[in-house]
Amino acid sequence: MIRMSESAGSMQDREAAQNAARESDAIAVERTLAGERDAFRVLVERHSQQLFRLAYRMTGNEHDAEEVVQEAFLRAYRNLGQFGSRANFGTWAYRIAANYAIDRMRQKRSEDARRRTPSSLAEEPDQDPLDLTPDERPTPDRLTMNTELRKKMEEALKELSSSERTAFVMRHWEGCAIEEIATVLKSTTSAAKNTVFRSVQKLRRALEPYVGARGALQAKAAGAAPQPKGTEL
Amino acid sequence: MKHLKEEELIAYREGEPTQREAIAEHLTSCTACRAELDRIETVLSALDNFPVPERGPEYGRAVWQQIAPRLPEKAGRGWSAWFEPRRWVAIGAMAAVVIAAFVAGRWTKKPEPGAPAASVAQVRQRVLVLAVGEHLGKSEMVLMELANASPANSGQKEINISAEQKRAEDLLDANRLYRETAQHDGDAALASVLDDLERVLMDVAHSPDELTPAKLESLQKRIEAHGILFKVRVVGQELQKKQGTGTPAPAATDSEMRERNKA
Repeated sequence: MIRMSESAGSMQDREAAQNAARESDAIAVERTLAGERDAFRVLVERHSQQLFRLAYRMTGNEHDAEEVVQEAFLRAYRNLGQFGSRANFGTWAYRIAANYAIDRMRQKRSEDARRRTPSSLAEEPDQDPLDLTPDERPTPDRLTMNTELRKKMEEALKELSSSERTAFVMRHWEGCAIEEIATVLKSTTSAAKNTVFRSVQKLRRALEPYVGARGALQAKAAGAAPQPKGTEL
Repeated sequence: MKHLKEEELIAYREGEPTQREAIAEHLTSCTACRAELDRIETVLSALDNFPVPERGPEYGRAVWQQIAPRLPEKAGRGWSAWFEPRRWVAIGAMAAVVIAAFVAGRWTKKPEPGAPAASVAQVRQRVLVLAVGEHLGKSEMVLMELANASPANSGQKEINISAEQKRAEDLLDANRLYRETAQHDGDAALASVLDDLERVLMDVAHSPDELTPAKLESLQKRIEAHGILFKVRVVGQELQKKQGTGTPAPAATDSEMRERNKA
């Protein structure tokens, strides 16, 4: 009973904190629209981390992710009049970042395709996007993650189309509802579901040979029961 | 026993409500399907560990410092921005160029008897060549001035770039239109150069009016990093040649596109 009341209490606290943040976002939006440019700073400082996480997972390198974050806030500022305070600023900025990341990925792909003539393909070794990121101090995650497996994951993610990657990132890592994914992809919910399915299928084909043994142990340890997500597909 | 499809297993794993109970029941009795679901789970669990580089608590502040100088004085007012007189002047000027070029193409170059009349597409291409050539020339001048700007003396604390900024802002609208037209016409190389140019013009337009020498240098470095001056010059010269020969500009060939991309 005590545990239940504690958990109910912490849930209420979390909800209260979320509501307070939302209200504070709405006030910051209003003040920005009234001409107080510095009020926008609150929004930038509050939502930058979340946008960076999304952008990194979508683009695959830090440089592009940082550009996406900055551009998303610039676009949000320029279009703040269209946002008003009807919705949640975090969700709105998230959507802007996701859309810009899609554009960026498509643009990069077409640039790469134009740049890579058959002769240059033979000359240039494949560049791993992770090599573009500056060296960082090892974190526990980085130490436990097999470097080769990480590289394979990056390659597999890179093979996804921009829509598939967006759908996978939003669904699997960010836990977004299908309706939200459909809005970003400008598609119907059933098309978004199919895109999620295709992305999982492709990643499975590409990664199963590398994660088999390692993952079987993990799955056993975790009980291997299917864990549906909170939001329904 | 009929086994579950991969699609059904992935949907089940993702929380799809359809036939959830039936699938769960099947999984309790079918080892093969359970193993298949475990394999899907294994891949997705491995992906859970895919690392994202950490950003410290100061990251939000760093982002603000990066974007603050590029923010316009007032937050966007959506569509109302399109009704500013300054924009109408730019749009009017563009429309005048397009109409003048069209009329010039239609009446000054009357086909000789027997010669085939220029098609609408050719006239359209000629107009685009003329207008884009002029646009690139103007953009080049603004960027050149910024690239060569420096404080008048070593003690000068701030450099005023408001004139260049205003010109960059005016060029932005035209740039968008030409980029979209080039994309529509399938000239990917020209569209790509105009896209790069748009980023640089936007960067200039959103910079503060007065820059410290350090900030000016940083802006100059950003212009240099895009290599945009060189690209603009190459494409501008190419367009001038086409204008000079008076031949209708064909859509860029693969070899031309490769040359531009090399540049």
